[in-house]
Amino acid sequence: MNNLEFTVLVGLGSFMAGFLGALTGLGGGVVLVPLLALVFKVDIRYAVGASLVSVIATSSGAAVAYLKDGFSNIRIGMFLEVATTVGALVGAFIATRVSTSAIGAVFGLVLLYSGYLSSRTPVDHPSDEQPDRLATRLGMNGVYPSLNGPKSYFVHRVPLGFGLMFGAGGLSGLLGIGSGAVKVLAMDQAMGVPFKVSTTTSNFMIGVTAAASAGVYLSRGYVDPGLAMPVMLGVLAGSLSGARVLVRTKTRQLRWVFAAVIVALGAEMIYGAFTGKL
Amino acid sequence: MFKKSDWTDQKIEIIIANLLRAGVSLAALVVLTGGVIFLLRHGHEPAGYHVFAGEPSDLRNWKGILHFAFALRARGIIQLGLLILIATPVARVAFSVFAFLLERDWFYVGVATFVLLVLFYSLLGSAL
Repeated sequence: MNNLEFTVLVGLGSFMAGFLGALTGLGGGVVLVPLLALVFKVDIRYAVGASLVSVIATSSGAAVAYLKDGFSNIRIGMFLEVATTVGALVGAFIATRVSTSAIGAVFGLVLLYSGYLSSRTPVDHPSDEQPDRLATRLGMNGVYPSLNGPKSYFVHRVPLGFGLMFGAGGLSGLLGIGSGAVKVLAMDQAMGVPFKVSTTTSNFMIGVTAAASAGVYLSRGYVDPGLAMPVMLGVLAGSLSGARVLVRTKTRQLRWVFAAVIVALGAEMIYGAFTGKL
Repeated sequence: MFKKSDWTDQKIEIIIANLLRAGVSLAALVVLTGGVIFLLRHGHEPAGYHVFAGEPSDLRNWKGILHFAFALRARGIIQLGLLILIATPVARVAFSVFAFLLERDWFYVGVATFVLLVLFYSLLGSAL
């Protein structure tokens, strides 16, 4: 395969990954690395480097679209970014020291877990109305627009959320994914942040987290321009078109299909890791 | 009921979102330009990413990338676009420091500054 054919095919694949990632809200990163590693036989380190770059592009590019959804909580976001950026640095350093099969195996497990998570429907549980002292001191309680006008919410369990975010950052740096699912889990489930505020804040955090590990990947020579070019442009175009179609499609069945694809890719990654094909 | 500070937060977010979009658009344009030149010059060479070799040192740090890009080397131009892309969230955090300063929220000025330092360490520290 020459560079032109490779660019066109990888560009199309990345477009599909970004498109489906935006439609299902799972992000394109989780399918991108398996696609590059398993289908295009790209070394997983190059794949992770290219994926990280595309994660920054989609996160930043979608920020304007997310504004219509209501507003993220910049204090929660900034505070938790302390955990995600340090975690991302640690993850990126680990990635340069462990074998590619180890990365593949961890990636496979994360895929299986994401598939399981996406098959569940998110439930917006009402947070109890008692303010938490630490969260209040950190100025994290906020207001979000709802059908009945602005609604206030209280944030809880900040240390638990902070710890989970360190893990989310670590996975992002190790695997080159946005780990938006873990971020939303930490805010929505652990800290009791309303679901919409969680997803919007998570999108804002993903770009900063990925930038922290992208610097390490770049300086280690893991970011190849010839590969990152079609990946970044494809994922960006795909996710922007996906966000446009989103309002007109029923995403329920699609989520199931995507979850099945993710589980299959996860099994394939783990198989590849143990047979030394990655 | 929106307090005055909430309104300021929202205004800041709109500025930030537009800043991010501008950064991504510029990065995509530079990457696309480099990509077209790359394919015109090297389109028919075989593609090989199966074996990991690592990038040449000039494509690993911002000085080398700038040097390559201004010499109009295709891979240097793409890498410059990627560098702009990575710098976009960094600019966002820098702007947040400024915004928290305006709000006189000293604790969050500290938090945002810490995040900014981590990003600088990642981008510059490991490349120097």
